[in-house]
Amino acid sequence: MNRTQHVVSSGIIAAVGITVCWISFTQSPSEAFLFPRLISSIFVALALWTFGKALLGWSKTGTGISSGLFLRMFPGMVVALIYALWAAKELGFYTATTIAFFTLLSLYDPAPHSEPKSWVRRIIITACYMAVMYGLFAMLLKVYTPREIFF
Amino acid sequence: MEFLFYFGEVFTPISFGLLLIGTIGGLILRATPGLSPTMAVALLIPFTFQLEAAQGLILLGAAYTSTVAGGAVSAILLKIPGAPANIATTLDGHTMAKQGKGAKALQLSFLASAVGGVFGVLLLIFLTPVLAKWALAFGPSHLFWLAILGVSVIGSLDSNSVVKGLLSGCIGLWLATIGFDDIMGAQRFIFHPALGGGINIIAALIGLFAIPQVLTMFSKGRNDANLEVIEVEKHSIVDAIKELFGRTRALGIGTIIGSIIGLIPGVGGQIAGLVAYDQSKKFSPEREKFGTGHPEGIIAAESANNAMVGPSLVPLLTLSIPGSPTAAVLLGGLLIHGIFPGADLFDNHPDVAWTFINSMLIGQILMCLFGLYVAGLAARVAQVPQSVMAAVVLGLAVFGSYSVQSSMGDVYVMASLGIMMFFLERFGFSAAPLVLGLILGPIAEANFIQGSMIADATDGAAIYFLGGTLNIVLIAIVVASIAYSVWMELREKQTKNEAAT
Repeated sequence: MNRTQHVVSSGIIAAVGITVCWISFTQSPSEAFLFPRLISSIFVALALWTFGKALLGWSKTGTGISSGLFLRMFPGMVVALIYALWAAKELGFYTATTIAFFTLLSLYDPAPHSEPKSWVRRIIITACYMAVMYGLFAMLLKVYTPREIFF
Repeated sequence: MEFLFYFGEVFTPISFGLLLIGTIGGLILRATPGLSPTMAVALLIPFTFQLEAAQGLILLGAAYTSTVAGGAVSAILLKIPGAPANIATTLDGHTMAKQGKGAKALQLSFLASAVGGVFGVLLLIFLTPVLAKWALAFGPSHLFWLAILGVSVIGSLDSNSVVKGLLSGCIGLWLATIGFDDIMGAQRFIFHPALGGGINIIAALIGLFAIPQVLTMFSKGRNDANLEVIEVEKHSIVDAIKELFGRTRALGIGTIIGSIIGLIPGVGGQIAGLVAYDQSKKFSPEREKFGTGHPEGIIAAESANNAMVGPSLVPLLTLSIPGSPTAAVLLGGLLIHGIFPGADLFDNHPDVAWTFINSMLIGQILMCLFGLYVAGLAARVAQVPQSVMAAVVLGLAVFGSYSVQSSMGDVYVMASLGIMMFFLERFGFSAAPLVLGLILGPIAEANFIQGSMIADATDGAAIYFLGGTLNIVLIAIVVASIAYSVWMELREKQTKNEAAT
């Protein structure tokens, strides 16, 4: 696996560890940060050890992220992020879920895009899924989700 | 024999209905590769909010039991182990299915699972109250070390790299400190308003276990698995029962090994199945038949996988230390109902504890009965394209995390932690120690602070936390588990180097 990937990932973790440690030892009241100090000290030690190993090229665990994997995963991750972080609240849960579900099916369903039958199937699957989700969360569990537009 | 008084609770219409739903649903869904028992239980937690504590736990326990056994279906009929725990089952199970003995393989698998599972739950029934009474003697320093033990054992044994496993545990312990401090009311690490109330454990569990799976499914692209399901023919169940009890050596080895491994925190069903398979092969006079469709291979592996389930809950119910990621998720299910497992669980909530344990016992039998009937359907479910499964799980994760406390903050936490975990897993980090750190963090901190106060008033922190027989034993176990994992890692590296040269 790419050594740079290991260096970058362990470097980010080490930076987080140092930040946490710095906050723990500088913030007050000190009593509230007693346990974080203990944890963050070990956190930093282990993170720096991992970072050092990565710098020396000794870090071997994990499969890393190949460009192919990233490119395949990226559109799905973007849709998921937009759905969870923005659309669910702004468009309403059910509208956003319908759009996200259908988009993901269209992106990743192996059935050919040129066949009208496969689009009909995707629409039917989305409709069935939304009916189940509405039944489960709105009717059975009575969870009041942000509705915004449509429903 | 107190548990006998609570058997009636399992057979009320709602409880038994939930037991059936959890069992059958778990069996069908588990056949889908990528849906792990931990993820299934995590996604189910939001559905237990409106249920009574015992009923919610019945649903979660049934799902846990049946998802462990259900993974055998795809292992036998599709040659895809539903989980690492079913790897050993694939070796002989799929070969038997190809030889036209698929029904027999499935029957043996579910029967062996039921025998192993019942034994494991009986062990849970008889061991738990004894250990719980013993645990009453634990003070803050012991509970602090127990929490550290839980994180470090899983961190060192469940990861490919000891340092990364322990680092994952530290990240979890740190995440647990986010929010307001309980004693001083001080703000700690609140970088975003969504973190004001700390990290909600259910949202975190859903994110850490479900989202990496969703992204992994996305990373396979528009891949049509095109799985071929082997059709099964009829086979007499009586013959399968005779065959099972004619091979008591494999059944005994699997059941005992699974039970022992289940008691050790951090060592999961994957190891139980493989160790039992290996030992059964060593002790069998027909060892050359292993791997060629030998029934003993399935019996040993599946009895071990399910025998592990009951004992894996012993540390959770007695010491509130989850011994496995799934036990950690079950702890989350208990906490949302305001129930803290531990030494006094059986005194304060005997109805909840015993109803849950009894339901697991009944669940093992239901799992065996229904497993044989739904195996065909489960194998068809396994053919559902991963794109559909990924989208389904993503929707459930968003709705599930929101429904915890009707907060968008929980959805943001779930999504952020999930994406972070996906990338961390790619670099050798593991979700299990992180989750345990997150769950055990408050226990560790509360007992650390309490212990520090006692230490200030007595002999000082060093003597209080590092002295005393029990403290020394617990510290020794922490050190031993880390040392053992380091030794194993070094040995593995040496073997790889030797193979390379």
